[in-house]
Amino acid sequence: MNTTSILSIRNTDTPLHRFVERFFASRVASVSLFLLILIVLAALLAPWLAMQNPYDLQQLDILDSSLPPGDLSASGGTYWLGTDDQGRDMLSAILYGLRISLGVGVGSALLASMVGTAIGLIAAYAGGKIDAFVMRVVDLQLSFPTILVALMILTVLGKGIWNIVLALIIVEWAFYARTVRGAALVERQKEYVEAAHCLGLPWRHILASHLLPNCLPPIIVVFTMQIARAIALEATLSFLGLGVPITEPSLGLLIANGYQYILSGNYWISFYPGIALLIVIVVINLIGDQLRDVLNPRMEK
Amino acid sequence: MEPILEVKNLCTQFETRAGRLNAVQDVSLSLFKGRVLGVVGESGSGKSVTGFSMMRLIDPPGQIVGGSIIYRGQDLLGLTEQNMRRLRGNRIAMIFQDPMMTLNPVLRIDKQLVETVKAHEKVSTEDALERAREVFRAVGISGGNHRLKSYPHEFSGGMRQRVAIAIALLHKPDVIIADEPTTALDVTIQSQILAQAQTLARESGTAMMWITHDLTIVAGLADDVAVMYAGRIAESGTVSDVLDHPLHPYTKGLIGSVPSRNRRGERLKQIPGTTPSLANMPMGCAFRTRCPRATAHCEQLPEMTEMAPGHSVRCFHPHIENLP
Amino acid sequence: MVIWSIRRLLQAILVVLAMTVIVFVALYAVGDPVKIMIDPDATQAEVARAISYLGLDQPLWRQYLVFLKNALHGDLGQSFVYATSAMNLIWQRLPATLELACFAVLLSIILGLPLGIYAGLRPDSVFSRVVMAGSILGFSLPSFWVGLMFIMLFAVQLGWLPSGGRGPTVTVLGMHWSFLTFEGLKYMLLPAFNLSLANIAMVMRLSRAGTREVLQMDYVKFARAKGLSPARVVGVHVLKNMMIPVVTVVGLDLGSTIAFSVVTENVFAWPGTGKLIIESINVLDRPVIVAYLIFVVFLFVLINFLVDLAYVFLDPRVRQATSS
Repeated sequence: MNTTSILSIRNTDTPLHRFVERFFASRVASVSLFLLILIVLAALLAPWLAMQNPYDLQQLDILDSSLPPGDLSASGGTYWLGTDDQGRDMLSAILYGLRISLGVGVGSALLASMVGTAIGLIAAYAGGKIDAFVMRVVDLQLSFPTILVALMILTVLGKGIWNIVLALIIVEWAFYARTVRGAALVERQKEYVEAAHCLGLPWRHILASHLLPNCLPPIIVVFTMQIARAIALEATLSFLGLGVPITEPSLGLLIANGYQYILSGNYWISFYPGIALLIVIVVINLIGDQLRDVLNPRMEK
Repeated sequence: MEPILEVKNLCTQFETRAGRLNAVQDVSLSLFKGRVLGVVGESGSGKSVTGFSMMRLIDPPGQIVGGSIIYRGQDLLGLTEQNMRRLRGNRIAMIFQDPMMTLNPVLRIDKQLVETVKAHEKVSTEDALERAREVFRAVGISGGNHRLKSYPHEFSGGMRQRVAIAIALLHKPDVIIADEPTTALDVTIQSQILAQAQTLARESGTAMMWITHDLTIVAGLADDVAVMYAGRIAESGTVSDVLDHPLHPYTKGLIGSVPSRNRRGERLKQIPGTTPSLANMPMGCAFRTRCPRATAHCEQLPEMTEMAPGHSVRCFHPHIENLP
Repeated sequence: MVIWSIRRLLQAILVVLAMTVIVFVALYAVGDPVKIMIDPDATQAEVARAISYLGLDQPLWRQYLVFLKNALHGDLGQSFVYATSAMNLIWQRLPATLELACFAVLLSIILGLPLGIYAGLRPDSVFSRVVMAGSILGFSLPSFWVGLMFIMLFAVQLGWLPSGGRGPTVTVLGMHWSFLTFEGLKYMLLPAFNLSLANIAMVMRLSRAGTREVLQMDYVKFARAKGLSPARVVGVHVLKNMMIPVVTVVGLDLGSTIAFSVVTENVFAWPGTGKLIIESINVLDRPVIVAYLIFVVFLFVLINFLVDLAYVFLDPRVRQATSS
């Protein structure tokens, strides 16, 4: 065996390699991914990056309240994005708020995906009446506007960060269930499933090890888009006062806090959190769009 | 006799991902008053594209890149789109292949006829409707008013095609181009429509171009015939000349493969091989890869040569022994 | 046709019933019915009396039937905060929400349809790309933030439009409508536009896709072959076919627009049912919450049913399918 054949053993044309190549072919998506990574890092490192913890009352100076962006603080730091009516540095508030927004968004999407995927797989595999019933429920829920469903759930559950996560999960699971069931139905017709069945493998095993991996592409796309939707929905609900509590404000709640000050010209209290929210949502949507184009071998748009 | 419409060296190309495809190359044909020209070829031979090119209905990524289409002394390719539109449906009409897809499913039949009349003449709706009733009678659709108020999906396939023919007749055009109009129909309906088409052409003096892949239709209906292969005309002449004394090996093969021409119990003759795709056209004569008479000379493109009066062929080794 | 309508109607009724069961179970079984139905400031004696009066000591299924009976009579409880029945409150606020939602849907058609059609006619143009990019923004941007930006820009910075509230109203049919006055329209413009953004995005995308799809259809080519003017080809043939799915979706959207007006009404301090429900949730005026939820679901199902009916009228092919 000569050296060239040893070197050529390393296969660089795996599906993963191809996927990465096609994904980064879009400049927009690459930039979006880069921005998203920055944002996530900023959120994770917030306690070290922010000049203050805006929810530690001892760090606030009420004399610094409602300062416009760029003003200096007594301790020498700059309030790059201004302060709110309590003297909180907006930049710090945004960084901390990002943690909540991202945490709730990703967390609820993750849990909803697990629930929805499980239900979708079971419905597709079981077929018949179970499938019909589950799909009826899914269709019914999906035909209602998400905000109505969320409203209903939150009136029953009340406020609180776990309640809103639960509400988001209940709103979102149906998207996953429908997508996964569709993909699983297609896969189920394929021969490898029948083969596994003939081998006497238990259905749990077939679902998890055979059907699921082949349904992953659409799940990934839906998951990405759902994170953006969850973040937007949480922000809306928090803005309406139905979401996260004041002690752990997400970007939506920050925007709500600044609402009353818009009319008096202190726009920055709502504006900058809003920009942050905007960037997060748009960036995730762009990534999701590119994922969809890459993972779905469809004809051109 | 002067042709009413003459196509000279027409070239139409399509820009695709597979490259530039020459769908129609150097096609020349003539349409005469009261005569039917049959254009025969397999799918992909360029016959439909020729028809659409003559109507200037080729959309991007397709483009007519050369030749001329002379109608009443004018080159249609030089007309403005507006002037061309005035001719379409008026002096030069077209009938498509599948009437289910060509009649708008959400519009009533009468509206689809009336709008055609009004597009070219300033008449009242009543007069336009009367014209519609007239052409319906001409094509043999009975039940006038009730039929007019129906929707396309309420008609049978044969009826729908009669409607399409009726629409073509509304302005008594000089030329009708029919693109495989009977392919989607039952054989019995087919023969009815063919008979009607023949009568119409004779009586009204309309020049007809009947595009088809079915030689038997050409044999029964047409006066002249042009055989197309891979975007070019392989042979042209009157029907009796070409079908009784075929010169091009392709034509001979086509005729030989028609079931009725073979004796009972004999194996059906087939032309070996398949039509080359437009992206992979052989150099020179496109038929040489399947031709029993091909030689090295055939790697050059043969020109259309007139072997007998009115009978031309594009081949270096035509079956001249067939000539009377 | 009639049988189909009845079947659909029964389906709709079933859905509403299912919703009442869900709301009932959620609030009576999961939540604490005592807290829901009885004023939290009541004394022990009053509470005991209320419990027996409201039948809260009855078995659950009987309570449900009582609940249902009352609901059918329009009685969904008394508001804790206002001295009137919950339904009464909703009726008072309904015109404001309806006119906002209807205006928003109208805007989405007036703006979205032509933009989408034009983008569909020229799919590779800069315009089309801008339209598609814009529609992504329209979907993903949280509408409350966009509303705030509108207020900031148009009301605070530019001072063109009022920053919130509803304009002067005119009483028609016993209800107060503000769109009939010019001042009223000024107040309605920003919130309606804000509410319509997601719809505009959706209509634009649908119209563009629909137009592109229809343009490929044979009947469009046939219409051109008949010599019809481009205006008629697009305005009648293309439009009528692509409109059907668009209209259905827009109609279905009216329901969800009414639901999303909750957000817009709170941003713009628009005194409709949406503002009412948020206020009620904040002060825990639960009868109003229950009434609102059931009423909106009912409205939603009703609109869906009507849209299904309208769809049958629009597409003659479906009409025939439902009557057979």
